[in-house]
Amino acid sequence: MLRIALLYPELLGTYGDGGNALVLAERARRRGIDVRSITVSMADPLVAADIYLLGGGEDGPQRQACDLLAAGSLASRVADGAAVLAVCAGLQILGVRFAVAGDDAYDGLGLVEATTVRGSRRSVGDIAVDVSGRTMVGFENHGGRTKLARGVAPLGAVQRGQGNDGVNDGFRAPRLWATYAHGPVLALNPWLADEILSEAVGEELEPLASVADVLYEERLGSVMARRVG
Amino acid sequence: MAVLALVSVNWLSRVTGRGAGTVAGGRVGLRVCPDLLEQLSRRREIICVSGTNGKTTTTALICAGWGVKVATNATGANMPAGHVAALATTRATRVALEVDEAWLPEVIRRCSPRVVVLLNLSRDQLDRASEVRVLADKWRAALSRTTTLIVANVNDPLVVFAAETASRVRWCDVPTTWLGDAQSCPHCTRPLSPEGSTWHCLCGFTRPVAATTRLDGEGLVVDGAPVGLTVSLLGDFNRANAAMAITALREVGVAAQEAAARMTTVTSVAGRFSLRSYRGQVVRTLLAKNPAGFSALLDVIPPSPGEVWVAINARIADGRDPSWLYDVPFERLRGHRVRCFGDRKLDLATRLDYAGVEWRLDDGEIEVIDETLYLLANYTAFADVMEESTPC
Repeated sequence: MLRIALLYPELLGTYGDGGNALVLAERARRRGIDVRSITVSMADPLVAADIYLLGGGEDGPQRQACDLLAAGSLASRVADGAAVLAVCAGLQILGVRFAVAGDDAYDGLGLVEATTVRGSRRSVGDIAVDVSGRTMVGFENHGGRTKLARGVAPLGAVQRGQGNDGVNDGFRAPRLWATYAHGPVLALNPWLADEILSEAVGEELEPLASVADVLYEERLGSVMARRVG
Repeated sequence: MAVLALVSVNWLSRVTGRGAGTVAGGRVGLRVCPDLLEQLSRRREIICVSGTNGKTTTTALICAGWGVKVATNATGANMPAGHVAALATTRATRVALEVDEAWLPEVIRRCSPRVVVLLNLSRDQLDRASEVRVLADKWRAALSRTTTLIVANVNDPLVVFAAETASRVRWCDVPTTWLGDAQSCPHCTRPLSPEGSTWHCLCGFTRPVAATTRLDGEGLVVDGAPVGLTVSLLGDFNRANAAMAITALREVGVAAQEAAARMTTVTSVAGRFSLRSYRGQVVRTLLAKNPAGFSALLDVIPPSPGEVWVAINARIADGRDPSWLYDVPFERLRGHRVRCFGDRKLDLATRLDYAGVEWRLDDGEIEVIDETLYLLANYTAFADVMEESTPC
């Protein structure tokens, strides 16, 4: 039984972020894996799960979600072996500090030595990131600049867009993926969904062809073509 | 002088085929005379309509319901350039203006409208517009400073947040389906607990009880009196739009029943809800630009089986990021076959695939079906469909 928990979609769900939970669950089910999809709402306890998903959100909800995650000990769930995919505000929450309206240094969960400050302007547009030799495509819309401490690995180098700082995007730690590519990034990058699933179930997965692969190729072509043009 | 410049540029824009002839001239007019909107608004009775969904339709319903000549920005040019263009070319003293959500505070300040209608507030085009709570804050600040009558949807917590400090409000209890952006309190972000038909937060924020307009399965009641309401447009959301339009018109002296009767003549608005022949197929065209709009329209599609056409673009006017497709409950289309159109038909097909909905990509080959299909399209995709189709 693979438990996939979407965390606080009413707080962290600005850009269709729930799509990542759907994609993981469907890709697992189509391979015959028994899946339980769980939506954790604000009033619920932080239940045990194998994969947790954190989305993007506005300042107030981001702070609120961070407090709930601290109280519910997401950190200890991760220490116990759970995987996490965090996008946008979710990425910032996993770090040690982030800036929100009214507080330039709000305490994050500190799972990773990453600090986010407010950038001089918002980064809005297509993003492409080299993740271990494959290009992840997506869309970013955020005002944060994230600095990684020495020794923290980014998810990858930015090929287009801003990511953390115009050079790197997100971060990568054991069983932990974080990116500024917001919303249903796994819908656009089925191979990344399978990478996360594979690690969560602890085995190689059968290939799974679908229209998502066609979409990925089309987005990749479109995003990279415009970089040159 | 400014009006002359405006009208000339708009005429040029139209005859040269460069545009519909509304915005360019409006821009020139505002450049020549920055307070042109204030000047043109003087001695006029103005109703402004804003919100994420239903602005164009509600504005059209107000125009029809008023029963006199009404000036309006009918082409959907809903920022100040469009407003001055609409006002410069007519002497009509009654005005209904559709107003972009982000521009509403400025338009209220400059036009001093008699009534502002606030339909709903939810996520839309987040790559270029403000996040929805930032908008709600701006509305709230603007509305707390005005004596204008606010006609507000009492079932949308973000609208209530925006309007609760206004000095004059008429709350409208109308069906409101998609509240995905109003799960947490706009004041304190704690959960909003639903309780029957109402909701409240631990901080004290709660749904106002004093609605003067109520629309439910029983019908429409305005100020205690039942109003016969027959809306020719599809969907409960359009009955809600009509109820709010009727409420707004009461403030300018139009009797509710008379307004309602006149509104039945509205059968389509700027092509929306109309029957068209598209690639030889008879379709009913529906515009849906965001999760709330899509969600409302999915409700009017008859139960399966049957084919549904959906067209999605992600150009600048649509918002360049179609992530919102994952906030639309497309699962409701299970049992239907969906043909995917538009620049982003692959994004749509992928979304439908994960939703367990049968889909196919438009490949240009249409086997015409002898029935009316529903065609849902977002902003520029809708414009493309209108251009490539004919009325029927």
